[in-house]
Amino acid sequence: MKRLFPVPHVIGFASSLLLSLIALVVIKFDLTFAMGMTILGVTALVQAGLQLFLFMHVSENEDKKTLFTNIGYALFVGLVTIFGTLFAMMWGYNMG
Amino acid sequence: MKWDEFFVTGEPMIYAAMVSIVLVSIAIPAGLTYFKKWGYLWNNWLTTVDHKKIGIMYIIAALLMLFRGGVDALLMRAQTAIPENGLLDGQHYNEIFTTHGIIMILFMAMPFIIGLMNVVVPLQIGARDVAFPRLNAISFWLFFFGAMLLNISFVIGGSPDAGWSAYFPLASLEFSPTVGNNYYSLALQIAGIGTLMTGINFLVTILKMRAPGMKLMKMPMFTWSILITSVIIIFAFPVLTVALALMMLDRQFGTQFFAMQNGGMDMLWANLFWVWGHPEVYIVILPAFGIYSEIIATFARKNLYGYKSMVYSMIAISLLSFLVWVHHFYTMGHGVMVNSVFSITTMAIAIPTGVKIFNWLFTLRRGKISFTTPMLYALAFIPIFTIGGVTGVMLAMASADYQYHNTMFLVAHFHYVLIPGTVFGVIAGFHYWFPKVFGFKLNERLGKWAFWFITISFNVTFFPLFILGLNGMTRRMYTYSASTGYGPLNMLSMVGAVGLTIGFILLVYNIYWSTRYEPREVTGDPWDARSLEWSTPSPLPEYNFAITPAVDELDAFWFAKKTNKSLFEGEYEPIHMPNNSGLPFIMGIAFFFFGFFMVFSWWIPAVVAGLVILGTMAYRTFEQDHGHYISVEEIERTENALRGENS
Ligand SMILES: [Cu+2]
Repeated sequence: MKRLFPVPHVIGFASSLLLSLIALVVIKFDLTFAMGMTILGVTALVQAGLQLFLFMHVSENEDKKTLFTNIGYALFVGLVTIFGTLFAMMWGYNMG
Repeated sequence: MKWDEFFVTGEPMIYAAMVSIVLVSIAIPAGLTYFKKWGYLWNNWLTTVDHKKIGIMYIIAALLMLFRGGVDALLMRAQTAIPENGLLDGQHYNEIFTTHGIIMILFMAMPFIIGLMNVVVPLQIGARDVAFPRLNAISFWLFFFGAMLLNISFVIGGSPDAGWSAYFPLASLEFSPTVGNNYYSLALQIAGIGTLMTGINFLVTILKMRAPGMKLMKMPMFTWSILITSVIIIFAFPVLTVALALMMLDRQFGTQFFAMQNGGMDMLWANLFWVWGHPEVYIVILPAFGIYSEIIATFARKNLYGYKSMVYSMIAISLLSFLVWVHHFYTMGHGVMVNSVFSITTMAIAIPTGVKIFNWLFTLRRGKISFTTPMLYALAFIPIFTIGGVTGVMLAMASADYQYHNTMFLVAHFHYVLIPGTVFGVIAGFHYWFPKVFGFKLNERLGKWAFWFITISFNVTFFPLFILGLNGMTRRMYTYSASTGYGPLNMLSMVGAVGLTIGFILLVYNIYWSTRYEPREVTGDPWDARSLEWSTPSPLPEYNFAITPAVDELDAFWFAKKTNKSLFEGEYEPIHMPNNSGLPFIMGIAFFFFGFFMVFSWWIPAVVAGLVILGTMAYRTFEQDHGHYISVEEIERTENALRGENS
């Protein structure tokens, strides 16, 4: 029975659905901007972790180093794009 | 959409294009039927998953698109050759410079590079195919049908006309009401998905499928360049995907992401476009750097100088390429701080690039150089690209950039970067690897004639544009008055464009001539080269390597030749190969129709085509396909036929 029924995956699936529902709270209730963003940020991070470690088995591969290098590169590009855009288009825009 | 707007009307040149499209689309099926080649085409090409054949199809498509983009370029040069010229009207000129840019970057440079990497990378690492052969075929057909979708825009509905960068608000529905920019968002999206999958495919192939003993630091430099290019593709293309999707939503579904009011931000498009666009430049240039490294080492008869620093400078370039994008729009009103930061990051790219230039020069130093056609392109690349690089540093200085932003100086600069940096590279690679794929060289005499025509004419075409730009001629102006004084230099540029045309005709004629008359080549190693692909027979058997090579150093094949050692120890074993499949082709057609219906906002047909796409995916999900085995007897037969009885 244990081998036929993948308990961790079912729990993982249920919790990723749950996380999506929690994220919905932000539009259903009247929250402050900071509160809403905090909820979205935290649920997104947990969700990403769940996908990477539970479903995609990043840490169980023999090529762990390559995979983490790739994730690091992705984080680098993602953060540069987001904060670079904010820097160029808002914070540093037309300040003389 | 009114039906009288469906076909583009009123221009003799467009009618000529329509007639030729109709003729070609009758001639091809008629010819196939007459010569009974339908089965051959389907079995050997349309359904193939063989990396070599997919590579060849990419390169043929790239050459066709080079022709199309080249005609665009000639028309532009002809229009601006004399003041107040009436060859093209403003709208037609806008469409032509837009499609010239899109086609040359996305449908010529990209497929040419992807074609070469398809052919060469598995051979260089001792593999029998890429990691995901079926996905590779899907990549090709998505690219191909994306390119076709953009090309029909010329006669059906009108081409995109807001520049290849499609800046908002100009590209918005309000200012570009034709379907032209819908073609832009959808054709590029379809082709872009294909490219993204290619990036994933080659990253996995290079990381997982190298011959035993080939450590990362023992890979040939071309494979290194493709590894890094794949990483850049994987991280840059999703930005384009998102930007194009937002563009489509804005133009066809009433959203306001890039609008000037309601909280939208028009300049965000330029920002996102260049977050992808600058890395894209390196996606097309780094592979050429890899090609030059192979060619220079081979024809200088020396190992590549500074192997490690070559690798580290490519990694540095790949990271820096994500940090510089704002240099494309310094004049949009950013503060001093923003422009300074991006000036510095941009100039920093000159450092790793300079390291590579010096490494090539040191490789040449004291080498026994043989001046073959590919080597000539590699040698010409170094000084011409350096001019492109130096003018790039000039443009990188934000305050000076205000002077020549949006002028012909910029146009000259990026042609001085992209033509030696990419076009010379792929042509050199084409000449270099041609005998590997087809079993005979391209004729050297004709090749050198083409080289001199192309190199000299290139400079005659584009050097005058530097001066015109400094004199104040802006890019994308379709005509000018004689009093500006721009006439003579533009005429000179036109003369160069004619010379370039002659050069490319010679290049294509050389393919024809060599196919008929060039002596066949039997060794598999016509250049006395260094890396693994030359250890295979030419033309190549389906499975590339009868026995997986064992490698213990860089340039293993070279040292094996010097020491009379064999790379292939062991007995033949049955080889497992993937099966052909028609699914990728069908999927490509479905994507084409999906894109076409979406362009015209015909929702119901679009939904139907979308369901067909999902259907092909579902079919694949449940398909049982375990590939096939090539038996030992068949391998023996093939190898004996290819290598002769004595080996
Ligand atoms: Cu750039």
